Order: sequence, then structure tokens, then C-alpha cells
Amino acid sequence: MNTNTLTIKNTMTYKPLNLARWIIWGLFAIILIVAPLIFNKGASLSILSQIGTVMIFGLSYNMLLGQGGMLSFGHAVYSGLGAFFAIHAMNLATAGKIWMPVSLIPLIGGIAGMFFGMLFGYVTTKKSGTTFSMITLGIVELVFACSLMFPEFFGGEGGISTNRVYGDKFMGITFGPQIQVYYLIAAWLFIATVGMYAFTQTPLGRIINAVRDNPERVEFIGYDTQWARYLTLILSGFFAGISGGLSAINFEIVTAENVSALRSGGVLLFTFIGGVGFFFGPMIGAIIGVFLTVMLSDFTKAWQLYLGVFFILIVMYAPGGIASIIMLNLRVAKFGKYRRILPQLVAVCAASLVGFVGLVMVIEMLYHLTLESANGTEMKLFGTMVDTAAFTGWAIALALVAVGGLAFWKTKQSFAHAWGEVNTEIEEQIRKGAA
Amino acid sequence: MSAMALELRNVRKSFGKSEIIRGANLAVPKGERFAIIGPNGAGKSTLFNLISGRFPVSAGDILLNGKSILGLRPFEINRSGLSRSFQITNIFHRLSVYENLRCAVLWSLGYKYSFWHRLNGLKDAHERAESVLEQIGLKRRRDTAAGLLTYAEQRALEIGITIAGGAEVILLDEPTAGMSRSESDAAVELIRKVTVGKTLLMVEHDMSVVFGLADKIAVVVYGEVIACDTPQNIRGNQKVQEAYLGGHAPVETA
Repeated sequence: MNTNTLTIKNTMTYKPLNLARWIIWGLFAIILIVAPLIFNKGASLSILSQIGTVMIFGLSYNMLLGQGGMLSFGHAVYSGLGAFFAIHAMNLATAGKIWMPVSLIPLIGGIAGMFFGMLFGYVTTKKSGTTFSMITLGIVELVFACSLMFPEFFGGEGGISTNRVYGDKFMGITFGPQIQVYYLIAAWLFIATVGMYAFTQTPLGRIINAVRDNPERVEFIGYDTQWARYLTLILSGFFAGISGGLSAINFEIVTAENVSALRSGGVLLFTFIGGVGFFFGPMIGAIIGVFLTVMLSDFTKAWQLYLGVFFILIVMYAPGGIASIIMLNLRVAKFGKYRRILPQLVAVCAASLVGFVGLVMVIEMLYHLTLESANGTEMKLFGTMVDTAAFTGWAIALALVAVGGLAFWKTKQSFAHAWGEVNTEIEEQIRKGAA
Repeated sequence: MSAMALELRNVRKSFGKSEIIRGANLAVPKGERFAIIGPNGAGKSTLFNLISGRFPVSAGDILLNGKSILGLRPFEINRSGLSRSFQITNIFHRLSVYENLRCAVLWSLGYKYSFWHRLNGLKDAHERAESVLEQIGLKRRRDTAAGLLTYAEQRALEIGITIAGGAEVILLDEPTAGMSRSESDAAVELIRKVTVGKTLLMVEHDMSVVFGLADKIAVVVYGEVIACDTPQNIRGNQKVQEAYLGGHAPVETA
């Protein structure tokens, strides 16, 4: 009797959840398949490919940061060394010394990443918290220094290059055209995402969450926290190495920059912007990160400034990242309270937009004036010509900043109030539902 | 196999120059409930920290089921069948109540660091966590993040995590501290229920809790166990009265 009711309850609670999961994974696969058909102009295919590799990298990084509470400053070591081993494997295969089809090259990267995870992870995961971060920073500097000391392997300043078209055609696939590389990356992205999601649903995946929340207590329920961190880092290194292998195929070149602290900082930035609290957060972060670095750098020299400001804003106002903004808004919508916050939301967004336009003008004019005024002080901004040496442009820009800033400051409070009120109500409702 | 679940033999602990535990001796037979009482700063919590491996012992020996656990790390001691709770609530704040308990049962069910089992497919872990959830009366809060529970609920979860692994020797550090009368009555019932057939050692200040639960009481003063007897005998014990009423003066050993 007792067990009967238990099983009935289980099937009732678990079935809809599984269905939703199938739909989400199905949608993900479909998006991966149709994305290059929708975005088929210019460089979009290579941007999509790059997003795919960064997604794997970000997800693997979040195994440490979001799930394990390990703030690593040196995660590029694993993806970068994976990339180097992958590109050497490709060159060996081209020379006919080993047999290895291009589609399996990412696995070489993964195994290399895992191996170095075992090696370096043993040192880094001995400690947690700030000490862990410091040691990872030391390791990444060490590897970067080595990359310049051993030019045979790392290729010195020029890096190692390769040609991904080698071996026999397999059903007409040569991996010459970018579209074939995209689908290779998409396939690996799907597999790696499933793998990393599955990890969150295993005993180790849950214990590493517990280690993040309260390492001390974990020691008193029978687990060695150091070993849990170590194993997680090895697995994370494996997936980071896969992303490195894919980027080696995609770019056909790997340089010392791939193992640098800069690259490590990049993945930290993107992952945090995307949101560490949700599994899919780093994927959003990858999209935003690649767009900002690839697209924005075409439009403006100040792209790194924008990236930095964006990061600071996220850290200050939405520490849960874009993912948490999306999820919180969805929750408000789900409880049918969106109308209550909409006026305030629109007001605060409008104010931010005005201030933002003004700020962009100031930054762009400043850049133009200080760096390019030798070629004339006029520049094109939002479709109109602006003289950066004249008073008018600056007056308009500063006025926009002032008006936008003031309006933001005014509207922010009422928005925060309405937002807080609505969310408290929702939490109350959830509590009542649970109780 | 020794009949003693836990034995302390002349245990000493110094922090720097000050000796906090000065040769404590205690023997807890299997299946009995012991309460440790004593004035503030007597070293009760330190004693717990030594037994559970949080701090290393300076001298002496500690035996769990007749085997020395000296030099073992907390998780190793836990694996040999001793589990403890904390005076300051020590739970996994961002995990749900259910996940807290499921984490606590994983090792004892032999899943170790597995990343090849699917957590939701582990029937035994699920059933064990659910039954502990039932026992500690938090079924309605199953999916709430542990950090959002009320204080009393967190204390109950603390006990739940401690017993979930099925350890035979349970150490509870002030399980009812900071609770209202009715809450602490409920906690006593809970502790009685979940420690049936187990060896219990608990630090407690609340005398009604102590007399309601303990088979024997050990009195710790200035890092020594000055008396260990049944509640009735402790009440009439001269040394204990001196220690408590005489303003924590060192006890003169007759």
C-alpha cells in the first residue's frame, strides 16, 4: 500500500518534467541545425562556429565556477593545451604518421585537457577559495612562459598552423567548407552539452554543489572535498580540451594566446555575464561574448571599454547574469504580474537608452579626437556627421548623458520598488504553494 | 569488538600555550545516550571537534568501536560510523532540503564520487532521503532552498543531515540552542525518535532536555570530565555542585 502510493506519486511528478526536458533538448538540436540556414550572410557562419566552441569552453568553466565555487583564473590552460595537441595530431595525420579523422580530433584535445587537468589540478585543488584562484593564475603564467620557451611544440610567436583538409573524403565531407566545420562543431557542442548537463545530475555533480555551499560540512558527511574538486576539475579539463580541439580545426592555427591569462579572463568574463547560477548561462555568455569581441570590434575601437562597462554593470546590478534576468522576468510573466512592472520597466529602459546613447557619443568622440583627429576631426556617428572639435556635438552628448542619468536615477527607485514588491508576492505565493 | 562505542583516554588538547582539554576520560557504551554538560568555556565543543577529527589531538587516544581514530580526517571518521552536527547551523544553503539529505546519504550507500550514476535513478538514495525528510518533519518544505528555512527548521535539517548517513554514533552539539520551549520539546522528540538503537553523545545547556533524553550525564569542567553518572546521581554529586555554584573554581580532587 505504502510503496504503491509512492510509485504513483513518482510517476506523476517525474513524467511532465521528462517531457519538458525532451522538448528543450529537441529544440536545442533543431536550433543548431537551422542556425546556419537563417544566419547565412557574410561572416555569420564563422561567428556561429566560434560561438559553438566558446559555449563548450564556457560550460566547462562553469563546472568549476558555478557548480563548484572554484574561481579559476587559468582555465585557458586546458583548452589551449588541448588545442595544441589537437593541431599537432592534425599535422601528424596529414604527414601520414598517424591515422586520425578530423571529426575525432576534438577527442585528442579532450584527452590532453584531461591529462593536464590531472597534472595541474592536483596542485590547484589542494586548496580552495582565494588560494585556489592564486595558484591557477600562477599555473597559467607558467604555461604561457613555457609556450615561449619551447618553440618546437608551441611554435613561438607565430604559433602552429595546419590544414584541416586531409585524408580521404568520407561521404563527400572534407571539412574544407566552413559549413561542414560548423556542423562538426554543432555535433560536438550537442554531445558535450548533454555530457556536462548529465554531470550535474550525478552524485559527484551534486556533491560538488555541496562543496560550493559549505565545504566543511561535506567533510562530515563522508566526502573528501579536495578529491571532489580534483575529479570535477579533471572532467572540466576534458570538455575544455574538446573546445580547444574544435577551435584548432576552426581556425587552423593555435598560438600562445590560446593558453594565456587573457583568454582565461575572457571565459571568466563571458561566463559571468551569461550567468553562473544556471546551467545554460555560459551559453548566453558565449553568444554575447563572441558578438562583443568579433562584431563590436568591427564598429568601434573602444569595444573593450564597452565590454568592461557591461561586465561591471552586470556584476553590480545583476550578479546572476543575463540568465537570471531572463529567468526572473519569465517568473514574473508566469505569475501574470508583468503588467504591474511594465510602466516602470519601460521608463527605466528609456532612461537608460538615452543615457547610453549619450555615453556612446562621448566615448566615440573622445576616441576620435585623441586618436584620429590627424585625419580630420569630423566623424560619422549614428548616421550623421559630427565635428569632434566643435562645441555642439559635445553639448548634445553631455546633455543626453545628464538627462539619461538623471532620469535613470529617478525611475530606478520606482522600478526597484515595483520589482521588489512583485517578487516578494511571488515568493509568498510559492511558499504558500509549498506549505 | 569492544562494547564501548566511543572511548576517550586521557585526551589532551592545547592551543598555543593554553591547554583546553586536560586529560579527559570518557567511555560511552553502545546504544546509550550521553549528555555532556558544563560551564561555558569548559571545552565541550572542543571535545566534539577532537572526536570528529576537526582538530588534531595533542595527546591521548580516542577509540571508535575499539579502534583508534587518531590522525584520521573528518571524512574518514565519518566513514567509520561517526556523524556529528554543529552548534552553528551548518547546512548546504543553496540546495533544497531534499538535496541536502540526498547528499548526506550518498557516501553510506556506496556511490562515492560516481559520475556514471544518474542521481534521479538511485531509488535507494531517494527512499532514504524521503524517509529522513519524513522523520524530521520537513516533508512540506522538501523543495525549499535550505537557506530559506526558519531557524528551527534549519536545526531539524542539521539533525537530519547528521543521521541520514546511518552512522551508529551520533554527536549533537547543542541541538536545541536558541529554540523556544515548544520548538525544543519538538526537537527532543525528534532526537529521541532518530537515535533509537544508536549511541548518542550531545552537548546541551538546557537541563530539561538533558534530563529528558540522557541515560548518563558527563560533566566537563576545565577540560576534564569530573563526573559521569546517571541524572539522579549527578544531581546529588558534590563536585558537580561545587563546579556549578562555586563560580567555575577548579575542583579540588579529594
